[in-house]
Amino acid sequence: MRTKKGKLIYNLITFGLVTAAFLICNSMLQSGSMSRTLKGQLVPICAWIVMAISLNLVIGISGELSLGHAGFMSVGAFTGIVVSGWLLNGFQVENDALRLVIAMVAGGVAAGVAGVIIGIPVLRLRGDYLAIVTLAFGEIIRNVMNCVYVSVEGSSLRLGFINPNLPGTLLLNGPNGAVKVQRISTFLAGFLLVIFTLVVVLNLINSRSGRAIMAIRDNRIAAESMGINVTKYKMMAFVLSAVLAGMAGALYGLNMNTLVPAKFKFDQSINVLVFVVLGGIGNILGSVISATLLTVLPEVLRAFSQFRMLVYAIVLIVVMLATNNPLLRSWFNQLTAKVKGRITGRDGQTTKGGGAA
Amino acid sequence: MSENSVKRHSTTKMVPVPSRSIVPERDLGRQPVLECHHLGIEFGGLKAVDDFNLTIGRTEIAGLIGPNGAGKTTVFNLITKVYQPTTGTVMINGRDTSGMNIVQASKLGIARTFQNIRLFSNMTVEENVRIGLHNQIRYGMFTGICRLPAYWTKEKKQHQRSLELLSLFGMQDMADVQAGSLPYGAQRRLEIVRALATNPSLLLLDEPAAGMNPHETEELMETIIRIRDQFQIAVMLIEHDMSLVMGICEGICVLNYGRVIAKGTADEIQQNPVVIEAYLGRRKEADA
Repeated sequence: MRTKKGKLIYNLITFGLVTAAFLICNSMLQSGSMSRTLKGQLVPICAWIVMAISLNLVIGISGELSLGHAGFMSVGAFTGIVVSGWLLNGFQVENDALRLVIAMVAGGVAAGVAGVIIGIPVLRLRGDYLAIVTLAFGEIIRNVMNCVYVSVEGSSLRLGFINPNLPGTLLLNGPNGAVKVQRISTFLAGFLLVIFTLVVVLNLINSRSGRAIMAIRDNRIAAESMGINVTKYKMMAFVLSAVLAGMAGALYGLNMNTLVPAKFKFDQSINVLVFVVLGGIGNILGSVISATLLTVLPEVLRAFSQFRMLVYAIVLIVVMLATNNPLLRSWFNQLTAKVKGRITGRDGQTTKGGGAA
Repeated sequence: MSENSVKRHSTTKMVPVPSRSIVPERDLGRQPVLECHHLGIEFGGLKAVDDFNLTIGRTEIAGLIGPNGAGKTTVFNLITKVYQPTTGTVMINGRDTSGMNIVQASKLGIARTFQNIRLFSNMTVEENVRIGLHNQIRYGMFTGICRLPAYWTKEKKQHQRSLELLSLFGMQDMADVQAGSLPYGAQRRLEIVRALATNPSLLLLDEPAAGMNPHETEELMETIIRIRDQFQIAVMLIEHDMSLVMGICEGICVLNYGRVIAKGTADEIQQNPVVIEAYLGRRKEADA
């Protein structure tokens, strides 16, 4: 798709933009010139960026439509909250940063396990069927979370499925979710998680495993006949994406005072899907930008919130019409070829023509 | 040069082997690459391939021809385990493949190209070849993500090896071009390179010359022979271009309605009345 030099430039731009955005926001925070609403959005933005990148790994790189991504986020969020509360109440770990890191790792592992359990049956399906089943699994996770009660007594965890009258301090209270969560997520932690995600995903794409995943996306039968184990690599992409979503969930959950399972409904999965589609399927930098914009914009434009769905519908229709118009498409292709040619230092047209033998 | 090589191979002496087939005399002492015994597959009562027997010698260039719909590609799909046969067995390098899947068959040493090109069209030419090297030069996911030293050495190896393979067809300059944007003939050649990268002992080519002009076909014939000589592998090809089949194939198998109607050298096949009838039909009584 891109030349080696082009790939390097793309990666550098991605990391550069994210770092620059972080530095700008950080200096604004320090000088106190950032509005309160935006300040509150910083950590969620990081979490949604990670969500968008990780979903892009499944949709853009692995080529499977998954509609249950919020489910993994929810698993990660509640695991993170439980682990953080357990460490604080059971082991008196006062260090916030340490607790946050352990909580994120735990959230990632739990979501990864959920990813394996869901992936085994789901990845046997293709296309629409896979989308429908992942959607169902997302809902199942939410409903399971609705009836989980966890408390910590001494240094041991108590788990119940019916009765909230557990001994000790209650951490998860079924449909009421987690209450009185210590907010230990910081913007720096969010930024580091975004960088971690970018490193993992971009390095994966440019490695043997990543190429195998993309080969399966491009042509399953050809990939199989080249000796690529399709199940293994689909599973790899799916589980890795679940792990990253779980870590994002832990970051998100530990930024809230209260968190109910209903927060991770089906429409959150769709929201993340919108980030991915708007940013460009398979385009990691696009996911970062669209996740940022689409998280900030509704907050900034709160005054017009009643028109949001209306505008959404119009934008969707316009996008559909535009992308199916051959004239517009060819014009857009020419434009991107030109831009690409300028970046990589050669003309897009000659690259194509150079193949003639 | 092409005239010489073509002559040399079309005059290979073919000798019979026990499984009612023939292999080149030079391969007689060695294990055949492929043995098909009574291979057959049914699709809902339709016998697409029936009682197919074939043995291919270790360095043989074999041809599989027949009219449209004769079941040639189905035979390829049976050998590569895309389909599981309803009857009979396929032995690759002396190993029974029953119950294996496509990946396992590929690891036994089978590589193929496709009738309708199946490249990874969103990836570059080099990346396509690197996919072929997937099981040759390997490292794990964590090595890749953490960029451990093994990543750099193996990536370099993959890069060098893919350029080496691409240079077989003089395509090393196109390494960074997107595979989908190559011209048709180059895409066919890239498919062959990609198949070769898996280090096969049997290369299956499904209509390699389709869409090529006579000059390109001539070059392709030379390259196929060069590949066989250099890698010491067997090649089996499906082709409608008779100049290519008769020019380089040592043993030819003719298929019609899923059954083998003739087997032999190019000369024998050309003289065979059953083959002529299958292609051209029977002469009417009144005309005779």
